[in-house]
Amino acid sequence: MTATAERPQTTIFRRPSSTTGFWSWITTVDHKKIGIMYGYAAFVFFILGGVEALLLRIQLAQANAEFLTAGAYNALFTMHGTTMIFLFVMPVGAAFMNYLLPLLIGARDVAFPRLNALSWWIFLFGGIFLYSTFIFGTSAPPVGIDGVGGNLPAGGGPGTFNFLADSPNGGWFGYQPNAGPFYSAGTAMDYWALGLQILGLASLISSINFIVTILNMRAKGMRLLRMPVFVWMSTVVAFLLLFSLPIIAVALFMVMFDRQFGSLFFQPVGGGDPVLWQHLFWLFGHPEVYVLILPAMGIVSEVLPVFSRKPLFGYSAIVFAGAAIGFLGFGVWAHHMLASGITPVAQAAFGLATMTIAIPTGIKIFNWIGTMWMGRIQLKTPMLFAIGFIAMFTIGGLSGVIHSIVPSDWQQTDTYFIVAHLHYVLFGGSIFGIFAGMYYWFPKLTGRVMNDKLGKLHFWLMLIGFNLTFAPMHWLGLQGMIRRTWKYAPESGLEPWNVAVTIGAFIIALSIAVFMFNWYNSRRRGEASGLDPWDARTIEWMSPNPTPEYNFAVPPVVIRLDHFWHLKYDQDEDGRAVPKADKDEILAQIEDEQLNPVVPIQLPNPTYFPIVMALGIPIVFYGIIYHTTLWGKALIVIGVIISLAALIGWGMEPLEEPHEESESDAEIATVGGEEAGIAEGAGEDADV
Amino acid sequence: MSDLAHDAAVDLGHPEQESTGVENRKLGMWVFLSSEFLFFGALISTYLLYSNRAGFQGTYPAEVYDIPFTSVSSFVLLMSSLTMVLAHNALSGNDQNGARTWLFATAALGAIFLAGQVFEFTEFIVEAGMTLSSNPAASAFYVLTGFHGAHVAIGVIMLLSLWGMSRRKEGLSERQGMNLELVGLYWHFVDIIWIIIFTVVYLLSIRPA
Repeated sequence: MTATAERPQTTIFRRPSSTTGFWSWITTVDHKKIGIMYGYAAFVFFILGGVEALLLRIQLAQANAEFLTAGAYNALFTMHGTTMIFLFVMPVGAAFMNYLLPLLIGARDVAFPRLNALSWWIFLFGGIFLYSTFIFGTSAPPVGIDGVGGNLPAGGGPGTFNFLADSPNGGWFGYQPNAGPFYSAGTAMDYWALGLQILGLASLISSINFIVTILNMRAKGMRLLRMPVFVWMSTVVAFLLLFSLPIIAVALFMVMFDRQFGSLFFQPVGGGDPVLWQHLFWLFGHPEVYVLILPAMGIVSEVLPVFSRKPLFGYSAIVFAGAAIGFLGFGVWAHHMLASGITPVAQAAFGLATMTIAIPTGIKIFNWIGTMWMGRIQLKTPMLFAIGFIAMFTIGGLSGVIHSIVPSDWQQTDTYFIVAHLHYVLFGGSIFGIFAGMYYWFPKLTGRVMNDKLGKLHFWLMLIGFNLTFAPMHWLGLQGMIRRTWKYAPESGLEPWNVAVTIGAFIIALSIAVFMFNWYNSRRRGEASGLDPWDARTIEWMSPNPTPEYNFAVPPVVIRLDHFWHLKYDQDEDGRAVPKADKDEILAQIEDEQLNPVVPIQLPNPTYFPIVMALGIPIVFYGIIYHTTLWGKALIVIGVIISLAALIGWGMEPLEEPHEESESDAEIATVGGEEAGIAEGAGEDADV
Repeated sequence: MSDLAHDAAVDLGHPEQESTGVENRKLGMWVFLSSEFLFFGALISTYLLYSNRAGFQGTYPAEVYDIPFTSVSSFVLLMSSLTMVLAHNALSGNDQNGARTWLFATAALGAIFLAGQVFEFTEFIVEAGMTLSSNPAASAFYVLTGFHGAHVAIGVIMLLSLWGMSRRKEGLSERQGMNLELVGLYWHFVDIIWIIIFTVVYLLSIRPA
């Protein structure tokens, strides 16, 4: 929107036009603003999930502690897992993809900017819906089956801290029939199941958007095998989501029908099979694990070459290994259920399939090490996090391979050994990678560089705290400490390591505080970054910092992999990189060219409709939870009306308002008519 | 995006040219439909798991199917794919009248199929006493065919809104032809899924001994 002056009116309502301030964020369709909002919202949920973890650790720091009641403990570990996976790591991945994909492929926006806004708002409202269970959710003792359950009252057990007990408490994988209508009466697990359904819808829409963007919106010359590895990993992630989300959607719908409308999918009391839930959940859940780790692998693959001053070792091997992980990821789900009584043949098959995952993962790890080998390594903060990623993820990967050995897995299932493993890959892997990316691409958001000293302090605190927290969990697990244990006896001998774990958890919290201070401070007072703070390789750094609204005034024409690097460097006869004599002029010229568009650049206009349409969805879902009451039915109707009205408005409104500067009045009129026609189709896109 | 077609800025890489040559919305629809296959795949698998498992209380779906009736309604839905193609064909020959007629015929056939499904559900619930809560096989049957019916209903709504647009004096524009193509893709997908459901769920279902 270079022109914000009066525009011809094509819809009933006045179209939003602000480019700054509150309303510009509410109505934006700019992938960068949406990415930033995703990032901040995810971080808020990260803090919430972290506080939940700290409360759990306070309870476990002492044998026989009476800080949390059993009910509150169950609710907290459920919400901790659900939050960290669905409300932090996934959306922060979406934040990186939103912000970076168009920049990395040289585009001005994603393929469907308004759908992009829609999926962001659906995500936010889904997260709020899920967390509203702390206010509205209820839990009750098991009902309907004589003589079953009821050992503890709802909320159960002694403890001083109970007010969260009326919240989802079935674990992040919501095993049936425990999370079904009979054993988890009350509405808390409905909030969980329907909340995940909303979040899944958001991810589905954005995965379609990202796939089309990557396939269709690449700059000239950006062939598939010239795309940065982060783009490739995002592609794999989008396809994993595309094929796994419908399965969890079906499973969650079945839970909804079981809980709300009396179907018997997973209820043994009527002949239903609880193991079916496990199959459907992990058919989604295992690809989901790669959805969580692959963006971090992509980030690390961008960071390592830059700070090793070398090209990525084995680019195509890393790309194909990522795709192979994606394929194999659909064939290993039952290793989460080796103790569920599936047949020995199935156990052997899934055990073997799980071992094969180690091959592409190993290829990646060796390629990353090969990238650093003989490089002139610069230990800046993003690089430290990337190296931390490789080390910690390798430990987590190794304990993962152990689980593919079926008898060994039987010993470790549902112990703290599993908890240690999953945190080494998800925290040591994903979250270290995410922080590497945050430090690395911070200049693109702000035009400033984050403070390196504080960054290093953050890294070392987090590395120490992380290992102090999760390494002892291996030993606790092997000593027999059961996962999700609310209490343990003093004579079990588990207390010393549990104290260490709790101390470690608080060190992690401290490191996050350092990060937050650094982020806040560097936004205002950080050193100016200029165009190319890291001497980077990929084309997103050819766009000025902070990124202008139009991304590229002149979209790059990509000639080879690491295009930007080759604009700056030549090779000498030994194949070593030598900076071009006029490197500084080249950079200055690029910056000047990108900051000063020759002609006005038309971008999609802001719109109210995505947020309104997204708003209708949680209202419908609230209605479903209370559908037996009159106001529940009313909520369903109201929600549907809101979303439908927004859909119609969306259909009537063109993506871009006619551009008055370059065309005569007569042309604007015809173009406007045609545009309205296009947009009607966009509305139909949205309702499927 | 096309309003700047004559503008120099476009030639500098505004997403005018698609790298794959397939229009964004069409590619998006294909991608979406590939996801939908997994959605119905999970539902059909669940049905297959339960449909002939012995020992449930209540009526099994295979006991109450009215195959001749469902064959007729399946034929109706199948014919709607034909009329959909005719509508698309008419519009590509710029025959606005034909497109309008065939669009309406497609929507009408879809609506007839839905009416058949409502009738069938009513029969099963009222006459045969098989409800969502009878047993897991019945749950799986109702949820699977119900979700398919919901997809048909959404398709009918999309067809009717296209039909409404086609009734304006200027008819459907070239760009709206793309909408018709998208709705067509979706409609054929819903049809294909029904062919699978009719074969696997109705024709091949065996009542457990």
